[in-house]
Amino acid sequence: MPKLSAVYNNLLGKYQAVIAHKLFWPIFLTAGLLFSIAASTFDILDLYLQLILIYVGINIILTVSLNLINGYMGEFSIGHAGFMAIGAYIASILTVNIFPSSAITFLFPVAVLAGGLGAALVGLVVAVPSFKTRGDYLAIVTLAFGMIVKSGIENIDVIGGPRGFLGMEKLTNLPWVFFWTILSVWIIRNLVYSKFGRGVLSIREDEIASDLMGVNTRQVKVIAFVVSSFFAGIAGGLFAHTIQYINPRMFDIIKSTDILIMVYMGGIASIAGSILGAFIYTILLEILRPLGVWRMVLMPLMLVLLMIYRPRGIMGMREARLFIPLRDLLASKLWRQKKKEISDAPAGD
Amino acid sequence: MVYIFQQILNALQLGSIYALIALGYTMVYGILTMINFAHGDLFMVGAFFCFLIAVYLKLSFVPTLLLSMLGVAFLGVVIERLAYKPLRTAPRVSAIITALGVGLFLENFTLALNPYPQHIPALIADQTWTIGNVSISSLQIIIIALSLLLMLVLDFIVQRTKAGMAMRAISWDKTVVPLMGVPVNKIISLTFAIGTGLGGAAGMMYGLAYPVIDPYMGIMVGWKAFISAVVGGIGNIRGAMIGGFILGSVEIMVAAFLPSTYRDFVAFTLLLILLIFRPYGILGKPNPQKV
Repeated sequence: MPKLSAVYNNLLGKYQAVIAHKLFWPIFLTAGLLFSIAASTFDILDLYLQLILIYVGINIILTVSLNLINGYMGEFSIGHAGFMAIGAYIASILTVNIFPSSAITFLFPVAVLAGGLGAALVGLVVAVPSFKTRGDYLAIVTLAFGMIVKSGIENIDVIGGPRGFLGMEKLTNLPWVFFWTILSVWIIRNLVYSKFGRGVLSIREDEIASDLMGVNTRQVKVIAFVVSSFFAGIAGGLFAHTIQYINPRMFDIIKSTDILIMVYMGGIASIAGSILGAFIYTILLEILRPLGVWRMVLMPLMLVLLMIYRPRGIMGMREARLFIPLRDLLASKLWRQKKKEISDAPAGD
Repeated sequence: MVYIFQQILNALQLGSIYALIALGYTMVYGILTMINFAHGDLFMVGAFFCFLIAVYLKLSFVPTLLLSMLGVAFLGVVIERLAYKPLRTAPRVSAIITALGVGLFLENFTLALNPYPQHIPALIADQTWTIGNVSISSLQIIIIALSLLLMLVLDFIVQRTKAGMAMRAISWDKTVVPLMGVPVNKIISLTFAIGTGLGGAAGMMYGLAYPVIDPYMGIMVGWKAFISAVVGGIGNIRGAMIGGFILGSVEIMVAAFLPSTYRDFVAFTLLLILLIFRPYGILGKPNPQKV
């Protein structure tokens, strides 16, 4: 019988060979897209499982985008649900009241995109004054912003006010969620590993130093915040067309806390961690459903224990090899080699 | 004119409750630079303690107040010891997330034990005096007077006693003060006990003034009190009191002159505008970053 560690190493080697293959991403994406189309048109997955997968996708978009601010940039935003609300309402108003009902299936992506753009615009308005100072300031501003959005929508009677807004068709399906999830993960991953992303990371490490090194910190922060709110708006549009009814109370501080839990459970500054966090949290909530109210007692308790014993979350500050560009992998390999050479070299020279 | 006086009275009542809660936020922030997001839920627990004591032990006002304050203070210290202390050296954000988790836990645990909104029995004989068309109830007087008394006691403790001096010293410098022989852990626990105890008292008064209590009542009130601590300048005790009264007045005045659904909207927008022009709050001082 082979040793367990040998089996593990063998599997690890195979896994690494698979993900390093240049056809891995194209095959994975096509397969995923085909599966999602097949699942939603033919009767492969039952509707409940499809719904859970849709929620997982929406939560991944929310988590990855919030991770850009809270993880990679090291700021603390707690108003993500507010941007989600803006996206949800804009997309819903477009599909219900403005677009002709005969063409909404084709115009649905436009509506979602418009929701995202609207959220991004509001994100710009919030970001420009709130990055004047550092520290907990953004937390306070985004907290107040979330409450303003909620009570603002409650006071606009045209879109239902506190009664909510309904009439959306169920336009969100598995292929669309798959598409938007992959798009958001892809964009944010590329952003993080770009020159701009290095600026974001340097702000987290030391803002003053990065300022002195020539990073336009204010601009980088504002752009990152706008991108993050854009994807929150996208997620909102998808969410609204999944449950076909929205009201302002859905996007209150409890929703923002949910997203925060997913980010910090999965691990900050990690794409794989965000995906893992969204996946585990969504699935766990469904599995624990028989416990009734007590599941909502268990979840925060688990979060607290996780924070005490693993303060950086499951994948905190680490990344799955899958998401690291080849260039960076080579660079870190080279760096390790160099370090080894230095430590191996005889001392005293 | 009478209407305005009446509203000022209401504003004082709401403001003093906000101020009491804001004190808890600001004290913990001052000493640990950590936002204790579970504080609003400790306020809710205070209201529920008061309900339990008043209904099952049938005590009168003063013992109920003292017992609920003690109970919440004890709970606060336990939370600090179990959940926050292990994270004192961890990244600051993990402590904040833990606090959010503790808050959710308290809400949902209370909800699981008690799914229905409850009604606190009137502990004070309801009496109303009318002075030139302005009516004052005995409850209003007690809430305002008691909050002011508690704030004076707190101010005395922080400014005039040795423990208060230690608190101020720790919030001033966290590395040198322990070397001077100040028992940091004890002082932090004491801070938590006082801060959460005040929150418990606020919970009881809120429960008496607006008698229906439910497990989620702490969220909105807690966040609002946090905002008022920020408006006053977080970490500054007198600032928290001022911030509480400002937020209470803004809310009551908006509700008095505009449709009451605009209350939160206008209040938060005004506060946001204030923060844009004075990011460190009214009494807070900017701390320049050293390189």
